[in-house]
Amino acid sequence: MKLFVSEGNPHCLKVLAALGVTGVQCDVQYVNHEETVVPFLSRPALPALLLPSGLHLFSSNAICQYLFEVNGQESSELCYQWLEWEATDLQPALLEALHMAVLQGKGSEVSKVLQGPLNYLDQSLSKGNTPYLTGEAVSVADVVLWAALYPVLSESSLTLGECKSVKSWFDRVAAMHSCQSAAQKVLQGKGLQGTKSYMQRQPAPRSSHCRDTQPCNSNPAECEEGERAVSEEEMEAAVLTWSKDLNAGPLAADRQHPILPQEGKRNILVTSALPYVNNVPHLGNIIGCVLSADVFSRYGRLRGWNLLFVCGTDEYGTATENKAREEGLTPQQICDKYHAVHSSIYKWFQIDFDFFGRTTTEKQTEIAQNIFWRLHEHGFLVEDTVEQLRCENCQRFLADRFVEGTCPHCSYPEARGDQCDKCGRLINAVELREPQCKVCRRTPVIRSSKHLFLDLPKLENQLEQWLEKSTSTGDWTANAKQITRSWLRDGLKPRCITRDLQWGTPVPHPDFKEKVFYVWFDAPIGYLSITANYTDKWEKWWKNPQQVELYNFMAKDNVPFHSVVFPCSLLGAQDNYTLVGHLVATEYLNYEDTKFSKSRGVGVFGDMAKDTGIPSDVWRFYLLYVRPEGQDSAFSWADMALKNNSELLNNLGNFINRAGMFVTKFFEGCVPAMELQQEDKKLLAVVGWELQQYIQLMDKVKIRDALKHILNISRHGNQYIQVNEPWKKIKGGDAERQRAGTVTGVSVNIACLLSVMLFPYMPTVSHTIRDQLNAPQSCINTMLQGSGSFVCTLRAGHRIGTVSPLFQKLEADQIEALKKRFGGQQTTAQSAASAQPAAVPAPAAPAAEVATVNGVDPEKAKQLAQAVAEQGDKVRALKAQKAEKAVITAEVAKLLNLKKQLAAAEGKSPEPAPQKSKKK
Amino acid sequence: MALRELSSLEKYLGLKKPNKYSTQGDKKVPVLQNNNGPPLVGLVTIACHLVKEAKRPELLGDSTESRAVVQQWLEYRVTNLNGCTKDDIKTILKDLNIYLQDKAYLAKNQFTLADILMYYGIQPLIVDLAIQEKEQYVNVTSRVGSSEQLSVSRRVRDQSEAPISPTTTTVDAAGQREGSGLTSCHTDPASQGQNPGP
Repeated sequence: MKLFVSEGNPHCLKVLAALGVTGVQCDVQYVNHEETVVPFLSRPALPALLLPSGLHLFSSNAICQYLFEVNGQESSELCYQWLEWEATDLQPALLEALHMAVLQGKGSEVSKVLQGPLNYLDQSLSKGNTPYLTGEAVSVADVVLWAALYPVLSESSLTLGECKSVKSWFDRVAAMHSCQSAAQKVLQGKGLQGTKSYMQRQPAPRSSHCRDTQPCNSNPAECEEGERAVSEEEMEAAVLTWSKDLNAGPLAADRQHPILPQEGKRNILVTSALPYVNNVPHLGNIIGCVLSADVFSRYGRLRGWNLLFVCGTDEYGTATENKAREEGLTPQQICDKYHAVHSSIYKWFQIDFDFFGRTTTEKQTEIAQNIFWRLHEHGFLVEDTVEQLRCENCQRFLADRFVEGTCPHCSYPEARGDQCDKCGRLINAVELREPQCKVCRRTPVIRSSKHLFLDLPKLENQLEQWLEKSTSTGDWTANAKQITRSWLRDGLKPRCITRDLQWGTPVPHPDFKEKVFYVWFDAPIGYLSITANYTDKWEKWWKNPQQVELYNFMAKDNVPFHSVVFPCSLLGAQDNYTLVGHLVATEYLNYEDTKFSKSRGVGVFGDMAKDTGIPSDVWRFYLLYVRPEGQDSAFSWADMALKNNSELLNNLGNFINRAGMFVTKFFEGCVPAMELQQEDKKLLAVVGWELQQYIQLMDKVKIRDALKHILNISRHGNQYIQVNEPWKKIKGGDAERQRAGTVTGVSVNIACLLSVMLFPYMPTVSHTIRDQLNAPQSCINTMLQGSGSFVCTLRAGHRIGTVSPLFQKLEADQIEALKKRFGGQQTTAQSAASAQPAAVPAPAAPAAEVATVNGVDPEKAKQLAQAVAEQGDKVRALKAQKAEKAVITAEVAKLLNLKKQLAAAEGKSPEPAPQKSKKK
Repeated sequence: MALRELSSLEKYLGLKKPNKYSTQGDKKVPVLQNNNGPPLVGLVTIACHLVKEAKRPELLGDSTESRAVVQQWLEYRVTNLNGCTKDDIKTILKDLNIYLQDKAYLAKNQFTLADILMYYGIQPLIVDLAIQEKEQYVNVTSRVGSSEQLSVSRRVRDQSEAPISPTTTTVDAAGQREGSGLTSCHTDPASQGQNPGP
């Protein structure tokens, strides 16, 4: 079964939301709006679902109904009715509304078109008096209508009258995590404007209200792909830049530690979420925080910003205590051991921290207690008695993740003490039904004890004012804004900041002296204390919001703690703290369509990457190439080999090597004289444009997108060499030899530019290229200044060094072996759940959608898959032994029965796929 | 028009008591006052309800897949066929013709409510087509004929336990066909369930 969707298409939002809500397993492929998926339809129709029988479903509503039914929820008559209404009444109005708002800029008139259908919906909802359209539970009708209305209703700029019931219903459906994540995938956080590319391809609706439909000619999105036309002016400008002098300014000096903010400079403080010390980080952790922050920091230094990049291990908490018990060490010993492990992994990945510290330090205690007392003095802490679960057997309180039970909201059986992975709601551990101690599996008892709470409601106003400013002026990723908004929308509640544990920062208040701070109060303070361990003048960074811009890098599960909880601590402390200005959150990286799992040995962990024999730079390149920017992505061995062989070897490496080899072979290692012709000028303009795109994207921390522009440049370069054939022209007459010289000279200068642009991504390769070209250090600070300038840095006569190939091919058998070694294929019941980057204690992992909705049960599926495999072996063995037919038949029947159960548990239709017709 | 369709459907389903319908809105959407609950609104909704009332659930499809396919074509009927232009009709017929190339019915081998309502929707559109045009859409026109027989003929209804496979043998691989026009389809129970092969 395979689902085809396209970005920006509201109908695809329906099916992705339904897929998430039902938890049905299905491949999803993103295609262009114009792609023909359904073979018999003249017009492109998306979404489309290829059924096991080979038939296609091309109606989004039918696909949703199908998914719900596969999941055991048949549509009621009322459902049918809503879906029919949606298709026949709501859609025409919506199409018209979107057309007006998105393409014609007449958002103000949208309410006129939609008022009728919305009133009808509002009346039905208030009359029915149920939370959802067809009753007490979510049905396919809710998901379909929610998704259809999402582009218009999520946009606050559109005023849609007073439809209170619609609003509260809409918010209720939107609260489901699957819906949110589908919206993010389809609209990319761009709201209404996210539908633009889709709307541009729709025929203009037959207007029911106003007939003055104007033709819409301007279509900037269209020309993004394909050849960009280059104007004369652009070429002139490019040639002017090309002949500019190298930056005579001071060379980029080696960093002088300690780096402190400087007057008149752009002072940037970069933090990466603190990895939790009790585990070896996996690739998802690495791309989510430290690697992304490293690329940005390296880029920032190239740009000449005064930048400090700090990180460290987060070491306190129950998980450390447990790990210590497991390994028979003290918590301190565990921290020492794993801090060293983390350090060496990041070193191998060339993460260039200015300082990599840890949270178990004096400074941490000092600063955390200071913030605590200030919060206390200003009245932002409240005391309350908390009922907690205590395991009498283990002699301890069961905080957060050390208790499991049934979710009180959705009855998911494996909810944790702080949050349910299924419905995403936060839980108070004592609300869990049938709680169990995770360590000894006994039932804990409820005990009450006094705790301190951070009074978030009291800080909410201040927080909102600051957020308003920070999110509008800074670069917050769409998911960061969205997650923050949803926290505020649900209303803030006081948050407990103390815990009954030993391994933590002690609470200094005499009434609470047996307690420590909760890791989420404590851990972000680690950024401050780590800086304090780097320099005594740490307050110049952290209490200097006028001069310092703070960038936080993390995976999306850490967002609320950086955008809501920690800023509230700092705001409440009233000590002029520097608050986050740019919050950069990634989505999740999966491993070969499953999730990283330490216990199952699935996935590549930081310490194993170097054992693969693949260079660190290639790892960095591929992780950044698939960086989950805007949507989840997956690490795949086959894809890694493909990208290495096609992009690095055949595109980038090939171009740079050819350029250098021509200089060496045809011009005795000296850059030849260049006489620019029209074609060369055009190339300079094109390359200059790509460079500007790169800079614009990197300034906005669009790391993955910027990488594509580097690869574009070498593609242009390869094409240029291919067309001009300098290896032939060099054998020709003077004019031809001159031409070969120009082409070689321009190419080798492009190679030099590439080395600079590559530096943040592949530092070693970047150095190697500059060494091979013997490029002056000044080329680095020249080309990335301002909006970017492609200057001729290797002038005629410049002698280059020894040129050698940069990359090696990854062979298929090598990759196959690695794939096997790291268990990528052992998945039986492939879970769509994502790798939870474990950076910082990660108490909230709302995205882990473990689907157990009605019948779909990955856990059970796994067991069944195992049983099927065993039974299969048994049958084969019997057949091999030529056992009695009756015996074999009986065992085969058992096998078939198991397979049927497995299909049901995986959410597949149990019916055998009908025979495909031969004529296809 | 929707009301006429519903009463034809009632007859086909053999419902004894005809229902009373009203319409709402400019588009005259049919409404059925339901004794056991709120009124049902919309052609597809009411049609599905009638099928269930007649205890003929197989007409909505007998598997999860075919139920989805049936719903899809029912939706297609009320969104694409209602209020379409001349040009639309050509595209619709062309697409359907390709789709039906290797199928007896819209849901492959099984006659369903989708065929009935699509027939009701298409029939008035193609009576206007010239004979040559009908020839172009042979897979559609021949099946429309079969639906017609099923839906109006008392004789067929009595035999509905052994549904008629009307056209599977009328088209050969080259697209040549035996017979022509709406009335010439023959029935061939032996070919039930098979797709036209080469």
